[in-house]
Amino acid sequence: MRIRGLRYARGEQVIFDGIDMDIPRGRLTAIMGPSGTGKTTLLRLIGGQLRPDAGSVEVAGQNVARLRSKALYRLRQRMGMLFQNGALLTDLSVFENVAFPLREHTRLPERMIRDLVLMKLHAVGLRGARDLMPAQLSGGMARRVALARAIALDPEMVLFDEPFTGQDPISLGVLVSLLRRLTDALGLTSVLVSHDVQESLSIADYVYVISEGQVVERGTPASLRQSTSPWVQQFLQGQSDGPVPFHYPAPDYRADLLAEGS
Amino acid sequence: MTGFLQRLGATTLGVTERIGRAHLFLLHVLAGFPGLLPRFGLVMKQIYASGVLSLLIIAVSGLFVGMVLALQGYNTLVDFGATESLGVVVSLSLVRELGPVVAALLFAGRAGSALTAEIGLMKATEQLSAMEMMAVNPLHRVVAPRLLGGIIAMPLLAAIFSAVGILGGHFVAVGLLGVDEGAFWSQMQAKVDLYEDIANGVIKSMVFGLVVTWIAVFEGYDAVPTSEGVSRATTRTVVHASLAVLGLDFVLTALMFGDE
Amino acid sequence: MMQSRSVQIWVGLFVIAGMAALLMLAMKVSNIRAFSGEEGYAITARFENIGGLKVRSPVTMAGVVVGRVSKIGFDKEIYEAVVTMSIDPRYDNLPEDTSASIFTAGLLGEQYIGLEAGGAETYLRDGDRIQLTQSAVILEQLIGQFLVSQADK
Ligand SMILES: Nc1ncnc2c1ncn2[C@@H]1O[C@H](COP(=O)(O)OP(=O)(O)O)[C@@H](O)[C@H]1O
Ligand SMILES: [Mg+2]
Repeated sequence: MRIRGLRYARGEQVIFDGIDMDIPRGRLTAIMGPSGTGKTTLLRLIGGQLRPDAGSVEVAGQNVARLRSKALYRLRQRMGMLFQNGALLTDLSVFENVAFPLREHTRLPERMIRDLVLMKLHAVGLRGARDLMPAQLSGGMARRVALARAIALDPEMVLFDEPFTGQDPISLGVLVSLLRRLTDALGLTSVLVSHDVQESLSIADYVYVISEGQVVERGTPASLRQSTSPWVQQFLQGQSDGPVPFHYPAPDYRADLLAEGS
Repeated sequence: MTGFLQRLGATTLGVTERIGRAHLFLLHVLAGFPGLLPRFGLVMKQIYASGVLSLLIIAVSGLFVGMVLALQGYNTLVDFGATESLGVVVSLSLVRELGPVVAALLFAGRAGSALTAEIGLMKATEQLSAMEMMAVNPLHRVVAPRLLGGIIAMPLLAAIFSAVGILGGHFVAVGLLGVDEGAFWSQMQAKVDLYEDIANGVIKSMVFGLVVTWIAVFEGYDAVPTSEGVSRATTRTVVHASLAVLGLDFVLTALMFGDE
Repeated sequence: MMQSRSVQIWVGLFVIAGMAALLMLAMKVSNIRAFSGEEGYAITARFENIGGLKVRSPVTMAGVVVGRVSKIGFDKEIYEAVVTMSIDPRYDNLPEDTSASIFTAGLLGEQYIGLEAGGAETYLRDGDRIQLTQSAVILEQLIGQFLVSQADK
């Protein structure tokens, strides 16, 4: 996966302003940044749901934005995506959700679909929840089902959008090691988008940190920890004071409070 | 003045653009119809959701409309001593107009709004996006079976509405008002034409089925993906679909029954 | 997919109910067996005045519908209406000297053609013309005549 000079704006708001990234095959690459920097947007650009204003996103040698819809759909079959909130199909049970890509894209016999689905559900620890409906799941469980669904077709690449948010410490640990093992065992190309610093650093092969439309730091987790950039240090250690403002741009606080309501 | 002109222009452009998008949308959805044949189970589910679940309200409304028609018709016809024509009055009103139109209005309220809300929520919760990322076209997988289900269900619902209405009219006319049973049916059979009246009524209801379901799925698909956006879209479906049914009814009636 | 069975059963019942309703509309409300006038043989008749006769108006004999009016034209040589009727082929033995009159069903009802059989041995065939005709009774004319005859007394 190669990203070159990527620029993308939503109306006035420039979300990416010339980003370059290389995401190597068979590795786990983490992309980190504060929320609202456009991590989800980046994944949508990679998946071809959004088109960049300038620059290119190449996946497996193909420029995603240039693909015709047939070719794009073929490419997406080789790609799994875990949505931030799971995006499970609410009218289907957990089992049917995981079976969905298999039923849509293969002609496998029912027995085999069953075995595959149970294997994937077992991997995320939810084999027993197969008959529940999505509305009966907690947020963390829903995301794990969505993970099982994302890997149902044994894709070559998987994009994970915030897989760790909302997980209790136990499933968090399982999930972290699961991502790592999946990547190694299946030779997956994984892109992990997250703002959970420690978890991401502990499993990623390579890390990009983005902020305000730019890549501010890149490197292996070890080199990142050594980084002298005050920005990175603030982000990694979660300090509220530093070059990154906690506040959304706003007029002066005092002046705002004193101003007459209008 | 220029402000008014500008707003008028903007509205016109907006509406035109939306209508254009709705047509493109329809083309894309129709392209998904052949793919439904081997997977008719998907359409079944939708016939269930929009047809079977609307059955009760359609049948009950049909019954009452038929009964009211008989009662009102009787009061008018009795002055001319022509009460044996009551069957004709009831059946022609139902088969030509009220069956297709009222059934379509009820369908818009019952099934159409549900379709819009369902698809709108699927969009708001990123289910449609997720399908796209799974290389499944939501227009074919989600929208096409719903459109086809509506097109199949609507004429059946309208026929049930008319049939139940005629039975209701029969009950009031023959059972309560003492109109002769034989005259009720025979006058009806003599005046109601299979092609002119019944077949045209069925064609009307097919057109209504297409238009109402089309509006419903388009509004859902085009909804602003928030709870407020979905609720607005649902309201728009009922309003636009009802207006479309009444407007189209005029056009179709003029085309079908006008040249006599 | 446990629920899909009951969905299928319900949809099956729904389709049967819809079809039954359509069948009832076709058989019981309209009359599917009635002659629709499409595959009959044609005979014509000239009338001085057809009143409110229309295409698809019934053609009856002894009160039974035997055909329908299929075309109404105007002969501009002799200023008469030319009515083409399509007669059900089951009734292929109408005598040549059959006469045709235009009647009104009830006082204000719609108009139809009544045929009355003659005594000839030969029968009307496709394209033949009925010679003996009687025009529609026009209510206003009737009232006019009545008033005139009253005035004459
Ligand atoms: N549908 C949308 N319409 C307008 N702005 C949006 C929309 N989705 C996201 N944004 C904006 O794009 C920016 C990036 O969003 P996102 O990619 O979701 O951030 P992240 O995933 O890093 O938290 C945010 O500032 C958000 O306000
Ligand atoms: Mg996000």
